[in-house]
Amino acid sequence: MKVTVCIGSSCHIKGSRPIVETLQKLIAENKLGDRLELAGTFCMNKCREGVCVSIDDKVYSVSPQTAEAFFNENIKAKLM
Amino acid sequence: MRKFDTKVQHLKYKVLREVARFAWQDSLLDNILRIPEIIVPGKIPTMRCCVYKERAILTERVKLAMGGSIDKPNVIQVIDIACDECPAAGYDVTDSCRGCLAHRCEDVCPRGAISFDHNYVAHIDKSKCIECGRCAKVCPYNAITNRKRPCQAACKIKAISISSDGVAKIDDDKCISCGACVYQCPFGAITDKSYILNVIDLIKNSENNTKYKVFAVVAPSISSQFTYAKLGQVISGLKELGFFTVVEAALGADMVAYAEAKELYEKGFLTSSCCPAFVSYINSAFPALKEHISHNLSPMASIAKYIKDTHENVKVVFIGPCTAKKAEVRLKTVRPYVDSALTFEELQALFDSRDIDITSLGEDVLDNASYFGRIFARSGGLTDAVAQGLKEHGFNDFELKACTCDGIEECKTALLRKSKGVLPANFIEGMACEGGCIGGAGCLTHGEKNRAQVDKYGKEALEKTISDAISLLK
Repeated sequence: MKVTVCIGSSCHIKGSRPIVETLQKLIAENKLGDRLELAGTFCMNKCREGVCVSIDDKVYSVSPQTAEAFFNENIKAKLM
Repeated sequence: MRKFDTKVQHLKYKVLREVARFAWQDSLLDNILRIPEIIVPGKIPTMRCCVYKERAILTERVKLAMGGSIDKPNVIQVIDIACDECPAAGYDVTDSCRGCLAHRCEDVCPRGAISFDHNYVAHIDKSKCIECGRCAKVCPYNAITNRKRPCQAACKIKAISISSDGVAKIDDDKCISCGACVYQCPFGAITDKSYILNVIDLIKNSENNTKYKVFAVVAPSISSQFTYAKLGQVISGLKELGFFTVVEAALGADMVAYAEAKELYEKGFLTSSCCPAFVSYINSAFPALKEHISHNLSPMASIAKYIKDTHENVKVVFIGPCTAKKAEVRLKTVRPYVDSALTFEELQALFDSRDIDITSLGEDVLDNASYFGRIFARSGGLTDAVAQGLKEHGFNDFELKACTCDGIEECKTALLRKSKGVLPANFIEGMACEGGCIGGAGCLTHGEKNRAQVDKYGKEALEKTISDAISLLK
């Protein structure tokens, strides 16, 4: 699984960094580090929907507040 | 609203704009010979002796706007026919001449160029004078001055000489492509080659960023430019031109500050590697100090490398205040990451070539870097950032003794002292342009407020520390 967080300006302002930090923390806690790749990109061309996070090719709109729920629903549920 | 400091810049801009306009329309070859007449119509000259000379010079400007001759590798070129050969400059006798009896000036002149009028006051025959300066040295009243040509006065590393026919000549082995002479020549006779056509091709061939994506990496000094619009509108304008997205070179500066602090801690002495003109100066004038140049890529190349390492199928165009960056992007170490480099002057020409009025656009955002990455644009910013980098690494046992060199003259002094072992510093911040990048030759405007503008922009950054800004990149 490849999880990509947009770190372009628009998403950065809306909270890319706390999202990345939350995901990193949850990935470590759930020991999923070797089952997915967490990457950054500078634009997914959907700036209005940011913060954009893609799982493989599907793009989700995430905020720092919904990051944990997003992880549980779309990452943890699928990998565990 | 004033877009440029001088009419020379404005003229250069008009040429770039017209070349770009036809290039977007795929009709440059058909119209190339018309450009001089489009810019100088009619029969009444406004700049030179006649419109024909004006157009002849414009033809040369068009060539340089199209990239110039590949036989002349330097990005800085003299347009021979535009050089005024500055007849006013050179050695002159001033009012201080007392009409003395000794006539030492006459005695030392090897060409018999000095004569005296009925008041015994000395005069120099310019046609005989070879500008050796001996007369000025021996005059007891310091009555003979050397009014330097503006290009030579601007070139602090003495890479410009005057050829036997009176035209300025650049020593390419010495020239560091900083562009000081480009900005200072009042006739616009020295200019930087432009790669706008490469950039237009990159954008067009991307077919709306479907074949590959074109990234713009902009230098932090942009915060002091395009003052007639908001920065967010400039970013919108870049996307309107066809760039896929815009990234701050300042994020590369954050990466550099963090890595350079570590390198400094390990090596104990370092000279900065951000300013390509400074690096080029060490290589050509102080080769013995080469080993001390930081091994980090410049902020531009660092962020471009990150972009290329993490994204497939992308092209990177750097946009900044700097003519020397045009030379840096050709270096073997940088070429794989940065595809082309533009100046702010050229960006303005690109906007107008497509009739994009950025003041009418909405505001996009630009926020990737920290305060420290952003202040690289002004002298002293790099030192502040490296100090912060040392702190964030936790290297508390290392005392930073920085020598901040503002302008190539100060760089020269520091490097001379270092080569003699008498420089009481462990880090040299070298910036070839006075004021730092905000003094760059490719800036639209150079003002006293620019430094404050850069600091203000720095403080607006979302991320306050270097570690926070680069934590996203890991």
